[in-house]
Amino acid sequence: MSLSTTDVEKVARLARLAMTPAEIETARSQLSGIFGLIEEMQAVDTKGIEPMSHAQDVAQRLREDKVTEFNQREAFQAIAPQVEGGLYLVPQVIE
Amino acid sequence: MTWEIVIGLEVHTQLSTNTKIFSGASTAFGAEPNTQADAVSLALPGVLPVLNKGAVERAIKFGLATGAHIAPRSVFARKNYFYPDLPKGYQISQFDLPVVGQGALTIQVEPLSGNAKPYEKTVRITRAHLEEDAGKSVHGESQGVTGVDLNRAGTPLLEIVSEPDMCSAAEAVAYAKALHTLVRWIGICDGNMQEGSFRCDVNVSVRKPGQPLGTRREIKNLNSFKFMQQAIDYEVQWQIDTIENGGKVHQATILFNPDTGETRAMRSKEDAHDYRYFPDPDLLPLEISEEWKEQVRATLPELPHAKQARYVSNYALSPSDAAVLTSSRETADLFEGVVKHLLSQGVGILTSPETPSAEAHAGQFAAKLVANWISGEVSAQLNRDGLDIAQCPITAQQLGGMLTRIADGTISNSGAKEVFRTMWAEGGEADAIIEAKGLKQVSDSGAIEAIVDGVIAANADKVAEYRSGKDKLFGFFVGAAMKASQGKANPAQLNEVLKKKLAG
Repeated sequence: MSLSTTDVEKVARLARLAMTPAEIETARSQLSGIFGLIEEMQAVDTKGIEPMSHAQDVAQRLREDKVTEFNQREAFQAIAPQVEGGLYLVPQVIE
Repeated sequence: MTWEIVIGLEVHTQLSTNTKIFSGASTAFGAEPNTQADAVSLALPGVLPVLNKGAVERAIKFGLATGAHIAPRSVFARKNYFYPDLPKGYQISQFDLPVVGQGALTIQVEPLSGNAKPYEKTVRITRAHLEEDAGKSVHGESQGVTGVDLNRAGTPLLEIVSEPDMCSAAEAVAYAKALHTLVRWIGICDGNMQEGSFRCDVNVSVRKPGQPLGTRREIKNLNSFKFMQQAIDYEVQWQIDTIENGGKVHQATILFNPDTGETRAMRSKEDAHDYRYFPDPDLLPLEISEEWKEQVRATLPELPHAKQARYVSNYALSPSDAAVLTSSRETADLFEGVVKHLLSQGVGILTSPETPSAEAHAGQFAAKLVANWISGEVSAQLNRDGLDIAQCPITAQQLGGMLTRIADGTISNSGAKEVFRTMWAEGGEADAIIEAKGLKQVSDSGAIEAIVDGVIAANADKVAEYRSGKDKLFGFFVGAAMKASQGKANPAQLNEVLKKKLAG
């Protein structure tokens, strides 16, 4: 399966990536290569093999419901571009 | 009307854990902005999520309480979208393998219109899955910027999705209320709607009977049952009008404005629903053993619906009364506490439907009367004082003590009301209040006969009129005798003696 330029443009928009036409062409050919790899894997006969949802066949470790993190707002906000009244400021977004 | 209404709900419940779903930051409500936003909530580079056991436990509880399948193995997925209150650029949620599978909730519907009768209905729950809440955006504080508070980011949510089984606003509200009761009942969510702990999205569509489902519109973020009903009513009418005027309903996300009572479409961005879900490689599959499930099952209390059925069969209460008494665990506890107290005082609880509904008698008491006191006086006082049943100043023992004195004839119903008011305002036990206020009613037959004799002697002319057929005068004698006893005569006894003596 090979990707079209439109496919790449759409995925780039969803991922908020600004790409030049040259970059889109590069990405298109690289992604098509990855799709080729996937096709190759999907061609393998996996009948009778139980699917895994993670490469490691282990289960999630759980954490006790206890507070372990405390207020470090000052330290975190020291590296933020813009803050006011404890809020992180971003360019206005209104639906 | 020839239209059918089809409604399904998605409810986001904030789980009552101490910490976030993937980190050890506090979830307490109302903290200063961003003081509970740790490195994981902020999505700083290099952080990894670690799942909170308490959140999973609450999801299991919910699944068990709705008779649902608990997945022995479920998977977390990334839901990708961009918004400043979601700093990772994706929300960790569950997609094709949710923790809770199909379940059901039985609800008691009180129709909104006229004289339609209450009825029971079972609503199927499609699934419930764990996910993280987003932060909050603060608009309009400063020109051209949006403020972001990430305290709420990472708060555990259980999203509960119903089948489109409801066909009126009344059914949707009854379902939402039953769910709200249940999550508080089993202690997985505080249910505080003002603080956003319980948020409802309602999918509404209309169709002609027998036709395939119409196009639905989703009303987002309803945080009160009243608004839910208004929003559905408005939306249904809007859809019907649109179609009948030759228009078409387009799938959309809409908001309800409580000030105008109208719904309006949000500006929907292109591709807004292309979330590109995929399994989160940072999280391993969640495994829930049979053993863990059974441990959680052992902690479940008797559920509201089971309690309702038991009240109906054991106490001959109507389904509506039983529903009121099981509207919260505190209300049910109060009812059962009072019944227990009455039994401990040797008061029999009458449980047959033929029980005289208005009067207690001969040391017995109808469960219906206990229900009436709770849904009447208690709930009226709570409303007046703006209190929740959890803050009720009267204990089961106090209320039971007072009802014991009605049952044994020590006080009349009107005397009981005064005892109740005093108890509410000042505390204290019924017996002490009865004593202090002199509310004990006169049940001594000698004393009552003496009062009646006095009234008859003082009103010879009226007695003659009565005996010659003017029955209506009976009320006059009751009033006069009651007055003579300073309101303390046992009314039933007084009536009996008066009747006998007036007959001559």
